[in-house]
Amino acid sequence: MAEKILLYTRFERFWHCTQAILIVLLGITGFEIHGSFHFIGFERAVHLHDDAAWILAGLVVFAIFWHFTTGEWRQYLPARDMIRETVRFYLVGIFRGEPHPFPKSRARKLNPLQRFTYLFLKLILFPLQFVTGFLYLFSNDWPNLGITADLESVALLHTAGAFAFIVFFVVHVYLTTTGKTPLAHIKAILTGWEEADRPPA
Amino acid sequence: MAIESNWCRCTSCHAGYGWKDKTFDFSSEENVDCLVCHDTTGTYEKVLTGCGHPAYESTISEGKTYDPVDLGNIARNVGKTSRATCGACHFFGGGAAGVKHGDLDTSLLAPSKDLDVHMDMQGLNYSCTSCHVTFSHYITGRHYSEPAPKNRRMALPKDDGNRLSCESCHGPSPHRSDDKLNHHTDIVACQSCHIPAFARVNPTVMSWDWSVAGRFDEKGRPFKKKEPPDIGPNYLTRKGELVWAKNVTPTYRWYNGSFHFMRMGERIGDERPVVLSGPNGGPGEPDSRIHPFKIHQGVQPYDPVTMTIGIPKIFGPKGSGAYWSDFNWKASLAAGMMSAGVTFSGEVDFIKTETYWSINHMIPPKEKAVGCASCHARDGLMAEIAGVYIPGRDRSRTLDTAGWTFVALSAGAVSVHGLLRILSRGREKGE
Repeated sequence: MAEKILLYTRFERFWHCTQAILIVLLGITGFEIHGSFHFIGFERAVHLHDDAAWILAGLVVFAIFWHFTTGEWRQYLPARDMIRETVRFYLVGIFRGEPHPFPKSRARKLNPLQRFTYLFLKLILFPLQFVTGFLYLFSNDWPNLGITADLESVALLHTAGAFAFIVFFVVHVYLTTTGKTPLAHIKAILTGWEEADRPPA
Repeated sequence: MAIESNWCRCTSCHAGYGWKDKTFDFSSEENVDCLVCHDTTGTYEKVLTGCGHPAYESTISEGKTYDPVDLGNIARNVGKTSRATCGACHFFGGGAAGVKHGDLDTSLLAPSKDLDVHMDMQGLNYSCTSCHVTFSHYITGRHYSEPAPKNRRMALPKDDGNRLSCESCHGPSPHRSDDKLNHHTDIVACQSCHIPAFARVNPTVMSWDWSVAGRFDEKGRPFKKKEPPDIGPNYLTRKGELVWAKNVTPTYRWYNGSFHFMRMGERIGDERPVVLSGPNGGPGEPDSRIHPFKIHQGVQPYDPVTMTIGIPKIFGPKGSGAYWSDFNWKASLAAGMMSAGVTFSGEVDFIKTETYWSINHMIPPKEKAVGCASCHARDGLMAEIAGVYIPGRDRSRTLDTAGWTFVALSAGAVSVHGLLRILSRGREKGE
C-alpha cells in the first residue's frame, strides 16, 4: 500500500477552491458581458463580474502573503531535471500503464510541467487579467491617473487572457483524471491527502 | 419649409406683431408680443394667418372663427408664464400639435408622473421655466450655433446659474456612488437612457412627403384622409403625406450641444438624404455625448440645376404663386426664391431630407430608463454609433475565432488523449 501524504494544507485547499469558483464565475459572466451568450443578463453579469474580481484580488493578496511567508513560492521555480521524462510520460508512458516518473512529496509537490504552467499563470496570465481588468473598470479615471490607453485594446487583451484561462481550465481539469484513479487528484485537492508513488528504485 | 414669403402664416408663432414681410423691425420693442407669454386667462389667441396678431375683431381664417380677444381683461391679468403659454407655440411647431418636436406636445399641459417625472401634475409640477430659467427676458434656450448648456456645471438655485441641462441639478455623477452608470455620463447624455421613447401619449410626425401633395378628389376639391382615427390626417392635398407615430424609439447620434444648418441658397452636397439641420460633434470630443434624436424625414422640392433646396411660397392669395392656392410647385418656388434672393432655374424635382430634433423632454421615472442590455448588445440601440468600444456590442472577430479555435483544439486534444488512455487500458486487460 502506497504511503499517504498531506500534499495540500488547509489554506491551500481553501485558496484553490475559492479561486476556482471565482474564475469559473468570472469566465461565465465575462463572456456574457462579451456578448458570447445570454444567461443572467448583461447588468447582473457586470455586477457579479466586478464583485468576483474584487474578491479574487483580495484572495490573491492573501495567497501571495502565504506563499512568501511559508516559502512555498519555491514550488514554482522552473525545474532543471525530469522535464523530458515528464513529457514522455504524458505522451507515451501513460498509455503503457507506467508509473508517473516524478515522485510527489510535500517539498516537491509539482511536476516540472505544473511548475512551468503555474508560474506562467502567476507571472503572466493573472497579472494580465488584473491589469487589463482594473484598467477596464476604472477607464473613466484614466485622464486623472495620467494613463493613455484605448478601451478597445484593453478589452481585447482582457478577452485574449480569458481565452487562455479557458484553455488552461480544460487541460487542467482533464489532467486531474490522470492520477492513480480518475478522482485521486480531485480527492487530494479537496482533502489534502494523496496516495504518493514511491520514488522509483 | 421656410418662413420667407410665408410670413403671415408662420409668424403666428415665429414671434413679433406684424411680421408680414422683409421690412419687419426686430429691434423695435413695440413689435414684441408680451401677452402671448404672460397671459394667464387662457383667452389670448393669435389668428393662424394674422401676421402675429390676435383677432381684434371677429375674424375667419382657414375655416376657423376667431372672436375678438378682450385685451383689457388680458392686460389686467398678466402674470408668470406657464406650460400653456410656452406650449401655445412650442407644442404646435410645424403648424399643428406634435408635427415638429417629438418630445413637446399638448400632453405636457397636464402630464402624469409616467410621462414626465418633473412636470407631473400630482408631484413636482414643474413649469417650463423651472429649468429654462429666464434672466431679464433672456430665456435659456437651445442649440443653435452655440450649445445652450455650454458648461456642464451645477446650477442649483443658490448657484445663480442657468438650470438648463440635467446635470445643472443632478450633477455629473447622479447614480449611486459605486454604480458603473456614473462612468457613462461623460459619453452618454442622460436623455439617452432616461427617455426610452418619445411621443408616448400623442403622436408626432415622422415623415412628410411634399411630392405627393396636390391631388384632388373626384370633384376636383382638395381633400384630407385620416387613418387610423387617433393618428392625425395622413394625406392632405395641401401638404402631401404625413406619417404619424407614437412611442417612437429615438435615433442616437454624437452631439456637442450645437447644430449645423443648411442655409437658404446653400448648394446641396453629396450626402443623401440631405441633412437640413443636424447635430455637431463626434467621438473623442470632450463636449460630445451620445444623444437621442427624432429624425424627421422629408421629401421636398429642390432645384436640380442649381442644386439648392427649394424655398416655396406656400401661403398667399391665388395667383401669388402660393402653393396652397395655386398648387404649382414651379410658380411656388419662383415666388419664394425670388423673395429670398436665391437663384431659381425654373426646374423642380423632389429630394429626401432629414431634420434632427433633439429629444430632451418627457422623462419618465427612473424605473422606465433604458436597460444596460438595450445598448450592450450586438444589434442594440448603439448599433450606428461609431468611435467608442461598447462591451457586448464590439469584439474582434479574429480574436474570437482564434480564441474559440484554441479552446476547441485543447478540448479535442484532451478528448483524444483520454480516449487513448481508455483504449490502452482495455488492451492491457485483454492481454
